[in-house]
Amino acid sequence: MGRIKIYSDKCKGCALCITVCPNKLITMSKKLNKRGVHYAEFSDKKKCTGCAMCAIICPDACIEVYK
Amino acid sequence: MNKHKPTNRMLITGNEACGEGAVKAGCRFYAGYPITPQNELTAYMSKRMDEVGGVFIQAESELAAINMVFGASVAGARAMTTSSSPGISLKQEGISYLSGCELPAVIVNIMRGGPGLGNIAPSQSDYFQATKGGGHGDYRIVVFAPASCQEMMDFTSHAFDIADRYRNPVMILGDGMLGQMMEPIAVDGAGETKDNARHTKKWALTGCKGRKPNIIRSLLLKEGELEKLNIKLQKKFGEMKKNEVKYETYKTEDADVVIVAYGISSRISRAAADRLRKEKIKTGLFRPISLWPFPYRALKSLDKGKTKFLTVEMSAGQMVEDVRLAVQDDKRIQFYGRLGGAVPTEEEITEKIVNMAK
Amino acid sequence: MEKIVFKKPESLREITTHYCAGCGHGIIHRLVCEVVDELGVRENVVAVAPVGCAVIAYDYWDFDVTEAAHGRTPAVATGIKRVLPDRLVFTYQGDGDLAAIGTSEIIHAANRGENISVIFVNNGVYGMTGGQMAPTTVLGQRTATTRKGRDSGRDGFPLKISEMIAVLEGARYIERTSVSSPKEILKTKRAIKRAFEIQIHNEGFSMVEILSMCPTYWGLAPLEASKRIEAQMVKAYPLGILKQ
Repeated sequence: MGRIKIYSDKCKGCALCITVCPNKLITMSKKLNKRGVHYAEFSDKKKCTGCAMCAIICPDACIEVYK
Repeated sequence: MNKHKPTNRMLITGNEACGEGAVKAGCRFYAGYPITPQNELTAYMSKRMDEVGGVFIQAESELAAINMVFGASVAGARAMTTSSSPGISLKQEGISYLSGCELPAVIVNIMRGGPGLGNIAPSQSDYFQATKGGGHGDYRIVVFAPASCQEMMDFTSHAFDIADRYRNPVMILGDGMLGQMMEPIAVDGAGETKDNARHTKKWALTGCKGRKPNIIRSLLLKEGELEKLNIKLQKKFGEMKKNEVKYETYKTEDADVVIVAYGISSRISRAAADRLRKEKIKTGLFRPISLWPFPYRALKSLDKGKTKFLTVEMSAGQMVEDVRLAVQDDKRIQFYGRLGGAVPTEEEITEKIVNMAK
Repeated sequence: MEKIVFKKPESLREITTHYCAGCGHGIIHRLVCEVVDELGVRENVVAVAPVGCAVIAYDYWDFDVTEAAHGRTPAVATGIKRVLPDRLVFTYQGDGDLAAIGTSEIIHAANRGENISVIFVNNGVYGMTGGQMAPTTVLGQRTATTRKGRDSGRDGFPLKISEMIAVLEGARYIERTSVSSPKEILKTKRAIKRAFEIQIHNEGFSMVEILSMCPTYWGLAPLEASKRIEAQMVKAYPLGILKQ
């Protein structure tokens, strides 16, 4: 089983990670981060396989992936 | 410039003497591009760099060449590029970057007739470009003007020490005649000195092993950062003005007329001064060697109130403006110059002064 | 027992970059650092940043970096590499730096077979200066200087610089990849690693052209921008190995 950690304050809200997650486990938050943008949020730990697609495409190295 | 006790002598052109001076100073990186009248310098370096295990690159342009020198200097090497007037125009951006990044380098301009493509005859019409800055921004470079093959070698060697001392580019300003003429020079026996300055350059980019990474750049966008750099640079240029002024005087002690000339023009003027002395016109020569920093005080000290000054240049009159700044009395300052690569003669200078002395 | 399988590479500094949201530079900066870490060469690298959006790459990379005048990056890298042949020297350049003002320098560095690596980020516009046309802007593409779309009659054709360089004998390895999707990003990383290895083995000039997205000046959301790479840019700039 996998898990990811998103450093939400570094996120610029580009949402690329959302589109590449095979199991659609990332959504944009309703709240704003310190940068004043909606940031990516990891919603469901159970189905994450630790494939790291999200981390690979993240332009700001905001995501760490655990397995 | 130390006077050598000649252990051995070489008959050599000014161009090649300049190259030898670089090799002697431990220069181990040269990038150049062919342009008359300094081709022999580039060719000489292509031979010598291989002999001393240095790097020679014939670049695709003078502009690429100065940027290769920039890279070599970033890596800590003593590096040189040489060209002639049009090629030096192409290097101005690079020279501004070298100064802005506080990088040492030696640039040699063997001047030719301009503007535009001009001709391949000797000229001194790049004085402004060299001393007032041909590139952008508040930067200065020390400029030495040799007047012999010996000085072409010695000043080039010296230029590397000045460049490293201040971490700033230095220019040797010669001309086509100096480059092409051949004279015996004294070469002290010492073999090629190694580039012993290299290991002292902690700022160089050599890979951040055992230290924090170095960054060498001149883009400073944050509020006040560029101003801070410029203030630092101005202090450095002030030091250069204090320590690096060089000039030569010849029979100026009792002179009623002082010729001010550098490079080849100074040699012709020296002969004219001797000739005038025979005609009882006390004439002397003041020869600036460092064109920047210009020897204002030394020149001013020759003014005994009624002394007349004739500036002789192979141009429309550029250094004459610095002579005016030094002496501050226009009516006693006159100019004689030849344009477009024409060289003034002894007779012309003598006649000019005979009329002045009336 | 849980273990970490993906994290920020060591040689990529902690700070958030100035790049716009969804800009490909951020990804490529990270890939370069991942390769530097994996090859264990951080302390051996001397990089040359261009003039363009990536000019302040030295704020993000934790190794020696200098900055070249616009377009002169390959010449600066030549000087560095010739003086320090056993260091890993690479340039990181945009399409304006490499394929417009620096065309002469890149061609001659490749033609001399300089043992350097070039990371060439092609996003088809001038980002730093506000989205003007670049040599690699595709026909019909609107930019600040091609309001009605690039028109070959006035603006010439998209420049295929990598194909031009690939015919040079001095060029040892040229590949074009993209960062439009995780799959392509991993291919890009492999290409960068291959280029650095070629340099380490002294085999000559290597260059990786990376099609990248500029959401801001393409006027697209990041996702649409990465789709546009595959829909439009790849047509003008086919991916694959051009020389090895």
